[in-house]
Amino acid sequence: MNIHLIDIHGDIEQLPIRKGFGKGLLEAGKRDVNVVAACADLTDSTQMSLFKAEFPDRFVEIGVAEQNLVTVGSGLAAMGKIPFVSSYAAFSPGRNWEQIRTTICLNDRPVKVVGSHAGVSVGPDGATHQMLEDIALMRVLPNMVVIAPGDAVEAEKATLAMATDNRPTYLRLAREATPVITTADTPFKIGDAYVFKPGNDVTLITTGTMTYQALLAADLLQKDGISAEVIHVPTIKPLDAKTILASVRKTGAVVTAEEGQIIGGLGGAIAELLAEECPTPMKRIGMLDRFGESGAPNELLEHFGLDAKHIRLAAHSVTDRK
Amino acid sequence: MTKQTLTIEQLELKANDIREDIIKMLEHAGSGHSAGPLGLADIFTALYFDVMNHDPKNVEWEERDIMLLSNGHCVPVRYATMAHAGYFPIKELLTLRQFGSRLQGHPERTRLPGLENTSGPLGCGLSQAAGMSLAMRMNDQHNRWIYVVMGDGELNEGNIWEGAMLAGKEKLGNIIGIIDRNNIQIDGPTEQVMPLEDLKGKWEAFGWHVLEINGNDIEAIIDACAMGRAIHDKPVMIIAHTIPGKGVDFMENDFHWHGMPPNREQAKKALHELRTLGGKIRGEHE
Repeated sequence: MNIHLIDIHGDIEQLPIRKGFGKGLLEAGKRDVNVVAACADLTDSTQMSLFKAEFPDRFVEIGVAEQNLVTVGSGLAAMGKIPFVSSYAAFSPGRNWEQIRTTICLNDRPVKVVGSHAGVSVGPDGATHQMLEDIALMRVLPNMVVIAPGDAVEAEKATLAMATDNRPTYLRLAREATPVITTADTPFKIGDAYVFKPGNDVTLITTGTMTYQALLAADLLQKDGISAEVIHVPTIKPLDAKTILASVRKTGAVVTAEEGQIIGGLGGAIAELLAEECPTPMKRIGMLDRFGESGAPNELLEHFGLDAKHIRLAAHSVTDRK
Repeated sequence: MTKQTLTIEQLELKANDIREDIIKMLEHAGSGHSAGPLGLADIFTALYFDVMNHDPKNVEWEERDIMLLSNGHCVPVRYATMAHAGYFPIKELLTLRQFGSRLQGHPERTRLPGLENTSGPLGCGLSQAAGMSLAMRMNDQHNRWIYVVMGDGELNEGNIWEGAMLAGKEKLGNIIGIIDRNNIQIDGPTEQVMPLEDLKGKWEAFGWHVLEINGNDIEAIIDACAMGRAIHDKPVMIIAHTIPGKGVDFMENDFHWHGMPPNREQAKKALHELRTLGGKIRGEHE
């Protein structure tokens, strides 16, 4: 199947992924009166401001209180609402994990936890605000769906899909402008992974902001004589094992890349899957069990090896091990 | 649904029956909390048999009042009261804490119809009530009440005060909180572990209307809830002074009974006391 994508070699628009969420939430609110929103004093940053302006009576300002944010969300959902609750990922789900576990996941209420400003690309704010453990924290929770869109257009689709899905969900957003690689015609379904570029020698499996880097890496690898298949995994849980295993059985080598800890994140999820179903030479690109620091976003991504260059090197290393 | 109307005397006898079942459940389970559930029996009896609009045969009834138990470890009193109110057979109470039971050690909403929340980790009930109240306001539902039962030790949790701030700010007038002020928590008396006083002043400062009552006086509980419902412009907190272990002489006011069940001998002694209403009448099973 050919997936409709923007040509990454041409002029490419850059938009923060969180902008797509803001647009999607506004649209979801127009489609369903039960869609409501709550925020912990970061309404502009998380882009909930669009929803708030249109539906002030369906928006709750929680103040700087992330434990309250998600437990209020649980109460809203109990009365039939579809609550989206947002803050920075470092605070929610960073600070309120147990409340999410008990009052949302175990209690089975379809609260949509939205964590913005995830990853080192938050930049100058430094390590405290660069959330790297959110995927791992949310992925271990039974009943929880985990989504990390690759660009603003996909984030909009993900938000709309979440609004009609009855499961608790975590949505991971990034702060900085990210190249828009998908279009209105690119498919998105919760739980599906997509082959963004077919190839035969190595599978690059990525989520969130790193998918664009993987597409760039695939180009570089082409010049090296290596045919890379790029699989974009916007839904980290439930994982689309079928699409991933089909690719890995074909290529026999895997690189994962994400803007988060390799322990417990996408890399962890793929390693678990492959260790049981299809042991394969593999490298994980991500934060190597350490915190970030202040700096310009691109400077940090390069410093921590979260770019096309490092994906390319990892791909060579795994194909050599085949 | 039409409420059953019981006299205060009948309600007191009902509370006594519920206490007997709490002792039997805990002894049979071999683990669980004794003091809190016994102390709360009058409050739960008042809520389920007088105060709340609810229908045990239609647990999803959209007009029902909501009761959130925030301190989930006191759930034996909720289970016993629900069984007596007709939510499920009384004999099922003896499955408490057993494998496969709907009566989990701490309450799980998805397992037992009629529970409104899953709780155990402390401090979440008030915030969930705030979310529910906000949703009711958005839905133009103005005749539903949300009762939240909390422990006093639980008030150590920051989450409680986050919820208190929000309910005060939003003037969530259909929330009636009830603090089980029994002055004990696991490590000892509350005022030694982490002082709560001035408790009334704290809630008032957060924008709540505060009532203080004897939480083992069923008539006082019913009256306070009625007064709470009459106050629309503020959430209401009832500080209910209760005796932990109430009704069982050797458990009363002893913090060691917070998290302990009675053994067979102790249960026998407790049941004797409850069945004789503290020696006032002759027990049936002597």
